[in-house]
Amino acid sequence: MRNAFIARLSTLAARDDRIMLLTGDLGFGVLTDFAKSYPRQFLNVGVAEQNMTGVATGLALGGRTVFTYSIANFPTLRCLEQVRNDAAYHDANVKIVAIGGGFSYGALGMSHHATEDLAILRGIPGITVVSPGCLWEVEEATETLASTPGTCYLRLDKSDAGRTNRPREHFQLGKVRTLRSGRDVTLLATGGILGVTLQAAERLAADGIQARVLSAHTIRPFDAETVFQACRETAGIITVEEHVVDGGLGGLVAETCLEGGVVPRAFHRIGLRAGFVSVVGSQEYLRAHYGMDVAAITARASAMVRGLPQRTPDTKVGLAR
Amino acid sequence: MLTGLTKRGDVDTRALAKSIRIHALRMTSAGGSSHVGAVLSMADILGVLYGTILRVDPQAPNWPDRDRFILSKGHAGAGVYAALAERGFFPAELLRAHCQDGSAFSGHVSHKGVPGVELSTGSLGHGLSVGTGMGYDTKLDGQAFRVFVLVSDGECDEGSTWEAVLFAAHHRLDNVVAIVDYNKIQSLASVSETLELEPFGAKWVSFGWSVVEVKGHDHDALKQALTLVPAEAGRPTVIIAHTTKGKGVSFMENAVLWHYRTAKGEEFERAMAELEDAP
Repeated sequence: MRNAFIARLSTLAARDDRIMLLTGDLGFGVLTDFAKSYPRQFLNVGVAEQNMTGVATGLALGGRTVFTYSIANFPTLRCLEQVRNDAAYHDANVKIVAIGGGFSYGALGMSHHATEDLAILRGIPGITVVSPGCLWEVEEATETLASTPGTCYLRLDKSDAGRTNRPREHFQLGKVRTLRSGRDVTLLATGGILGVTLQAAERLAADGIQARVLSAHTIRPFDAETVFQACRETAGIITVEEHVVDGGLGGLVAETCLEGGVVPRAFHRIGLRAGFVSVVGSQEYLRAHYGMDVAAITARASAMVRGLPQRTPDTKVGLAR
Repeated sequence: MLTGLTKRGDVDTRALAKSIRIHALRMTSAGGSSHVGAVLSMADILGVLYGTILRVDPQAPNWPDRDRFILSKGHAGAGVYAALAERGFFPAELLRAHCQDGSAFSGHVSHKGVPGVELSTGSLGHGLSVGTGMGYDTKLDGQAFRVFVLVSDGECDEGSTWEAVLFAAHHRLDNVVAIVDYNKIQSLASVSETLELEPFGAKWVSFGWSVVEVKGHDHDALKQALTLVPAEAGRPTVIIAHTTKGKGVSFMENAVLWHYRTAKGEEFERAMAELEDAP
């Protein structure tokens, strides 16, 4: 995803010299071409994310569109107050880009797992929160965010669902995309785990279950209507996110549906419930270990469609550490 | 306006500082808010900045080429509101709303709804980063303005302050001027008891800044230091202003108590009398 991002950003930077890219000393090999091509628009601020975000705000208040770039939680949680007070409160055109969403850097340990960012960022007023699931969504989101006023967050992942766009499809920020129609159950995913979700839908189809697959590339603003429609037309909603289940996509859908008075017949959040991870491994390994792989999604969806009583693992939420 | 200032050109910086002090005492007292000692400490710095140094236009607060002033020690926001009112950015009557229900004039300085406030602060250690970003921004465009950032000594405890210090020197941002209100008293105790900053000037020098130390209530010294910036081409300048917390009210001077205490009743009357009687 990061390559798709930087390729599109380079195109944008060539057209608009007000676009800048700041990195917190990360992006070896990835940002090199951008830095060479647009030296006036590139700045490695060093390992100093608080300052990076403050500097980005200062640049943005002068009329520039400033992308800040780093890994996992460094451009978000490490400098969260600068994101909140400096960038967001001043409606500054700061676009925060985190690579390494979820377990992208699974083997590197919990410091490099971005598994609470969506909940935290969407809690800050005024921030547009985007979590693309495929390379086309990354490219389109990058371009759209560059012209979206205010502070935005772009969460990138090491995995992706390839290219899921239809011919001549137009990207709309804040609009949930329907990638697969179906009326038995809805799988609503955000981020690179969309790829796994699509695979799960294939497997369900082989078992005669037609799953609707929706890509929620934009967490805020959120497309309630498409989700309401899925609530009305399918047997239930399963949200899929490589993120804690608290406050992320699943939480967002739950609060949106309940407040909107459109309650799905069944509902389940697939995501991280085990507290901080206690093991490391590849992204694929950790997804399987923590119940968010093809098998887990398929089993959950299958049980939901058949109306089987489902053990709710939520009972220990909040206790596990 | 207390001092009958003109909207452009030099004004009497001492009269402006005196007005800022009087406003701030009244605002914090009426609003039941804290930090009057922190405002009194920097009132002379603000008087000189807004009286004669800053190229700003009250009629056009968003003039693109204006000098930027950031109050990084946002808890002393009453002082900036007062200075802006005195310079004609908005009517001084509005200051009565400070910290009142429904008011835009928050205890920590906020730009929303207040013309002339460059940056909202309140959490310490933010202002210098944003200011250096502004300095970098205008350097890219051939430098239309200067950036002045007023920081407290206490906020030099913040690591983020030093991130910005490194950055500004590395990028040779000689259009960035930090002013430290070095009153040597923090929230709970003195700086030396809390987290020693000395050798303070040497720290800035070693980080690549030009350091100018001044008496922070001496208007002539402040004016000279703030006029002669950058002190060296190619380096950001820090003006370490040695100040007295609570300056101008005898019983508030050098007293930790008046970081948080609000002057009420007889205390308020005594303080106001001292400020009004000052030259």
